[in-house]
Amino acid sequence: MTETYSKTELMICVAARLFEDASTCFIGTGIPMLAAMLASKTTAPNLVPIFEFGGMGAILEDLPRAVGEARTFHKGIAAAGICEAMETAQRGFIDYGFLGGAQIDPYGNLNSVVIGDHNHPKARLPGSGGGNDVGSHCWKTVAIMQHDARRFVSKVDFVTTPGYLSGRGARESAGLPRGTGPAYVVSTLALMDYDPDTCWMRLKATHPGVTVEEVIANTGFKLIVPQEVGQNAPPSAEELRLLREEIDPERMYI
Amino acid sequence: MDILESGVGELIQPFDLDEFREWNRTKKSRKLEDKVMSEQEAVSRFVYDGCYIGTELYGSVRCPMSLAREVVRQNKKDLRVCGQGVLELDLWLAAGLVKKLDITYIGLELHGTSSALRRAVESGQVESCVEWSNGAISWRMKAAAMGVPFLPTRSMLGTDTLKYSAAKVVEDPFTGVKVALVPALILDVVLIHVHRADKYGNAQIEGISGFGAEIARAAKRVILSAEEIVPTEEIRKYPDRTIIPYYLVDAVVHAPFGSHPGEMAYVYGRDEAESKVWVEASKTAEGAQAYLDKFVHGVKDHDEYLKLIGDERLKQCVELREKRV
Repeated sequence: MTETYSKTELMICVAARLFEDASTCFIGTGIPMLAAMLASKTTAPNLVPIFEFGGMGAILEDLPRAVGEARTFHKGIAAAGICEAMETAQRGFIDYGFLGGAQIDPYGNLNSVVIGDHNHPKARLPGSGGGNDVGSHCWKTVAIMQHDARRFVSKVDFVTTPGYLSGRGARESAGLPRGTGPAYVVSTLALMDYDPDTCWMRLKATHPGVTVEEVIANTGFKLIVPQEVGQNAPPSAEELRLLREEIDPERMYI
Repeated sequence: MDILESGVGELIQPFDLDEFREWNRTKKSRKLEDKVMSEQEAVSRFVYDGCYIGTELYGSVRCPMSLAREVVRQNKKDLRVCGQGVLELDLWLAAGLVKKLDITYIGLELHGTSSALRRAVESGQVESCVEWSNGAISWRMKAAAMGVPFLPTRSMLGTDTLKYSAAKVVEDPFTGVKVALVPALILDVVLIHVHRADKYGNAQIEGISGFGAEIARAAKRVILSAEEIVPTEEIRKYPDRTIIPYYLVDAVVHAPFGSHPGEMAYVYGRDEAESKVWVEASKTAEGAQAYLDKFVHGVKDHDEYLKLIGDERLKQCVELREKRV
């Protein structure tokens, strides 16, 4: 039997599989929350989710709708504050940060501030929030994005959250903590990582039913396409059941 | 220490640490005085046109919504605001009260971008947006709370967030690494909603502390609203839970369901349906105005607002609260 699923469901499943068990993870609003919750119910039962306003180590039984909601410290190990959360990241205790954004460039820099010029924007977006802190301090970051050429752009209108900035070594030159940076991008079409020599985004695996050409056509810059491109497994029946029945039964996102 | 880079953003609230110390010495009474008053009185006494104002935590979580609505009702103008915010700052933006923003995040969380922010900024009604990360703005308050002029951080480096902030990058004189210095933020007035306070302003909260401790210590005036006003003996029984001592506080307002339609950990959950009313209404300027007319100007105070929402709804929110397990 072939199960049907949406692009969003698939994206959440692929993101969820990236969570390492017993790792500390900074979780942003929206899709990252669903992915963290799915991971904690499947491959990463000992995940330690950290939310920017102070929720730490929650058992994710109900989907948080905001980064300060009580669900972010439900049966948690600590209900702290924003300084504690950010300082924990700054001193190197947070392994992964899961983020979203309106635009991403080949070096994984993210924009969530403006489309157009900062002082006379075409569109004013919400702002950094904790995004910049997460992208600065977490050991590895994972961006989760809708995939189209308006979002995957050669140059973001505003570097809100640092990826690899202008390429290899640029983070360290800017003063950002050594050994940190973007690890993956999970989109509605594919999974990407970064070429270790150039820090340029590289196609790693396409989603089921998506061709390499389709990914290229929907990317506003030249992706590195290696000879071997993998394919992500479709959502399992169990992953879909968890998503639909336990994680987002009200279908706020999926 | 050489300055390697300076953000081009305006320092919206210049500060003088000795003046702040003097303020804390002369304008903040150490006497245990009854500070209980209405939202109307507190806002009229301590919030003024052009002041630099902040709210804690944010518009859907332990947020001083009854005070935020009163600010709109009294039409306090030309506000300079630091913000992470959701509904509270959206209301101010929609009402045209905000002149300058130290902005970290203003949006509608799972409902996406804020239309009120878009209209206010894209039209030029908000004169300047100075960018910060959530960490940076909290450390700015922490610096003020510590009584020092800045804190160093490794946030914001290398980005446009730094470029459009008022931070500066220097080489740390001890280790030689580059750090961003974020300036102390001393606010003229802040609004904070807590679980319980006594009549003097000793305040306790449950759940995450957000940036309550920092913002209360970074402000010249603190207006506190509380779900419950409790006898001082209750505070003294659990002194370990006091996050804000009375001498920081200028006004104490009794505001049950003061965070509505947001939540209050262990007391009531969020009113998602009511939040969506704003999400929809705020898509147009007319819709936002109609919302303000009904839910802010159409009621004279918080009690009337709660009557408008209705007991049935509020009971449902209580049912939906986070429960201690």
